[in-house]
Amino acid sequence: MSARRDSTTSAPSHVRSDSILLANVSRRGFLAGVSAFGGLVLAVGFPAALRAADPPKYGRDGMDDGWVDDPLVFVAIGEDGTVTIVCHRSEMGQGVRTGMPMIVADELEADWKRVRVAQAPGDQKRFGNQDTDGSRSTRHFFEPMRRCGAAARTMLEAAAAARWGVPVGDVEAQNHEVVHRASGRRLGYGALAKDAAKLPVPSRDTVKLKDPSRFRYIGKGNLKLLDAPDIVSGKAQYGIDTRLPGMLYAVVARPPVYGGKVAKYDAAEALKVPGVVKVVEIESSPPPAEFNPLGGVAVIARNTWAAIKGRQALKLEWNDGPNREYDSAAFKGTLEQSARKPGKVVRNEGDFDGAMAGAARRLEAEYYIPHLAHVTMEPPAATVRIANGKCEAWGCIQSPQAARDRIAKRLGMQPADVKVNVTLLGGGFGRKSKPDFMIEAAVLSKAMGGAPVKVTWTREDDLHNSYYHTVSVEHLEAGVDAQGKPVAWLHRTVAPTIISTFNPEAKNEAPFELGMTAINIPFVIPNLRIENPDATAHTRIGWFRSVSNIPHAFAVQSFVAELAAAAGRDPKDFLLELIGPARRIDPRTLGDTWNHGEDPDRYPLDTGRMRRVVETAAREAGWGKALPKGRGQGVAVAYTFVTYVAAVVEVAVNDKGELAIPRVDVAVDCGAQVNPERVRAQLQGACVMGVSLATKEEISYKAGRVEQDNYNAYEITRIDAAPREIRVHLLPGDFNAPLGGVGEPGVPPIAPALCNAIFAATGKRIRRLPIRDQLKA
Amino acid sequence: MVTLNVNGKAQQVDAAPDTPLLWALRDVLGLTGTKFGCGMALCGACTVHLDGQPTRACITPISAAAQRKVTTIEAIGADRVGKAVQTAWIEVGVPQCGYCQAGQIMSATALLKQNPKPTDADIDAAMGGNICRCGTYSRIRAAIQRVAGQKGATQ
Ligand code: FES
Ligand code: FES
Repeated sequence: MSARRDSTTSAPSHVRSDSILLANVSRRGFLAGVSAFGGLVLAVGFPAALRAADPPKYGRDGMDDGWVDDPLVFVAIGEDGTVTIVCHRSEMGQGVRTGMPMIVADELEADWKRVRVAQAPGDQKRFGNQDTDGSRSTRHFFEPMRRCGAAARTMLEAAAAARWGVPVGDVEAQNHEVVHRASGRRLGYGALAKDAAKLPVPSRDTVKLKDPSRFRYIGKGNLKLLDAPDIVSGKAQYGIDTRLPGMLYAVVARPPVYGGKVAKYDAAEALKVPGVVKVVEIESSPPPAEFNPLGGVAVIARNTWAAIKGRQALKLEWNDGPNREYDSAAFKGTLEQSARKPGKVVRNEGDFDGAMAGAARRLEAEYYIPHLAHVTMEPPAATVRIANGKCEAWGCIQSPQAARDRIAKRLGMQPADVKVNVTLLGGGFGRKSKPDFMIEAAVLSKAMGGAPVKVTWTREDDLHNSYYHTVSVEHLEAGVDAQGKPVAWLHRTVAPTIISTFNPEAKNEAPFELGMTAINIPFVIPNLRIENPDATAHTRIGWFRSVSNIPHAFAVQSFVAELAAAAGRDPKDFLLELIGPARRIDPRTLGDTWNHGEDPDRYPLDTGRMRRVVETAAREAGWGKALPKGRGQGVAVAYTFVTYVAAVVEVAVNDKGELAIPRVDVAVDCGAQVNPERVRAQLQGACVMGVSLATKEEISYKAGRVEQDNYNAYEITRIDAAPREIRVHLLPGDFNAPLGGVGEPGVPPIAPALCNAIFAATGKRIRRLPIRDQLKA
Repeated sequence: MVTLNVNGKAQQVDAAPDTPLLWALRDVLGLTGTKFGCGMALCGACTVHLDGQPTRACITPISAAAQRKVTTIEAIGADRVGKAVQTAWIEVGVPQCGYCQAGQIMSATALLKQNPKPTDADIDAAMGGNICRCGTYSRIRAAIQRVAGQKGATQ
């Protein structure tokens, strides 16, 4: 089955009060990106009183502009029966343009073959929150989208009942028609559309949702990816593919050091390159970076290649600024020093020092994960034109409302006069949450008198000027009793915080970073202390798929396996013992005030579910089976984005120290799955990304500059080194229970499970990523 | 001015002769199905066929493509093997973001045309130049094997 596709909806921009909006622009723009990570608001110093008056808002209620479930916003039915459903979240490979409309279509009793999907522009007042990040789209919008479809269905039923003069209880929507049960009369949705549109939208509490047993698409996995036919034939439109009449093409030379700016430049040679039209300086914004363009010198040309050649011909001198000495090798030492001294205590239970003093044995380990870059296959790209006081933008953006607000601010326009169209994203992974590249296009269009300008980032630009995953040292200590059972646990996590991108003074991990498997570990250990010593950022730090869970889970799950090995125990049994009996833990009792923004009562940390994914992955993988020499299995589990994922990785390491991964078993409990086929795809992809960052990926700095230029230096896993088989095991869920995230939770357990497998196979313990040739030493 | 034969049509391209075929296709001819990923023959996103051979358009100057037949993703469905590959890609649900998939499909089609029953090692060798950041590799392999297993798909 397939539905048709529309690239952009022409839904009119919602006009709203400008004075209020203006007053709130900077706060709104800021909050648009980060408010979901609760606790941040206080961390950057907004008056506590402002928040204290608000009752706590969780989940979708806590997001900027919340949610909308109005069918008049999301559903249109033509007289030919074509149902158009608006998708207001960005498609970046997670399948949201299939999943969201599928939910509406199911409750609407629409025939998927007659459904088309339109992509919403950035307009959160109209559509609700559009920040496509945090593994939130389905978990936050499943219920509103169900109500939306059900309300539309109710209106069609009412229209048919009125037409026939029968009680509405006697009619029923079925597969794109309304049927009168007694007489068997039928009316198609097209014939009813006009009448239905005149009826009032039923109130939320009167709308009857389907019983999940009657779902036709939800949970079935029977629909193909909406955009697949366009993708395989080259018709799919990404941000880099926008073409407008008279469009110019730009590339930008940006300061190579964070906080640097143009000292001087000479454009004479660049302007001689055939096809180059103009060279324009973009004003640098001093740190904090927020979502601002880095500034630099843009070359605008008749095609991308001419712009690239023009940029090569620029003579540039930079003023590098305070980060000019950033050196990642030296910084590793700085982080290690911090990690070896006490720091800010963020969770404390029992008496760690006392228990350590009395322990039969003490163990200690330090883990390092470097900066990482998303390297979305489509680099950032955006197109903007300005005409008649209106600005229109197209881009591969995860946060279209933030793009709209920021473009308006930079151009001195009202957001109502800016339209941001969301193209397909050739990968997002958090990079495209930041609209800096869209603002660049807006600045350049303005410089060209409003002519359409497309800004394309080259791969070098993407690697040199990204918002990077943080770099971290994780220091762990444990005291164990005579049986090897941990009685004391210390975890010092040291990493520059994402908050530094918004507040340069910030030196500690925010609650949302600590709440990513550093403090919210449910282990049964009586004496436990988690500390977070200071760390200073020297580059733009940003969200990267699964964020701080990557270093935290790597360290915690590796250390558990190290303790198991020291105790001479099976690592899986040892892990289950540490998790302890099945129970539901209030995350606040673990010091986790964030809980992924979700209500702690609806989303407790359920150790029963955590145990079950470990047991499932182990069983399906044949845990403990006899393996030839050089082979081994490793296990790890992580609870992230309110979803439980365990992985068992099997490795083969030959005499030359070459690593192969014949098989990975991943068990997932994310609650019920709206589109199980795409859930599997996400978990498979996350597994490959986890392998890639564990084995190959590293961003390093010298003299403030990123050392990697392209995929030859920033290597990522290719087909030959990818796991040969990735088996995803989905645990059954209940559609009436809260859902978990899917896009990110598959990443964190992979690196530790892989390194634990390598230990099982070779006896070598990997504590520093990437692995690269460490097995050859 | 360089004349290119693209998807069976002669096309005049007004660009410097050293312009990579990739940018001529995308910016001058409007064939945006061929993707930019690295510009250095490292990722495979820009793969097209030159006289049937998989070629990285990002390092192929238009002057070098002038005398040859260029086939892009937009026309690969006209080829029997290309069509079978596209269908398998949809059936197996290979694409995630989809951005790399034009290049993947061009490489896979070239492989299957030349080697209808590729082994795992053949697949690694032929597809190793195509990066997928979304990690769709296991499904790419499955889709290639599916086409290889279909009677008549590649012969
Ligand atoms: S763009 Fe040509 S190989 Fe990457
Ligand atoms: S499908 Fe996204 S890069 Fe391959």
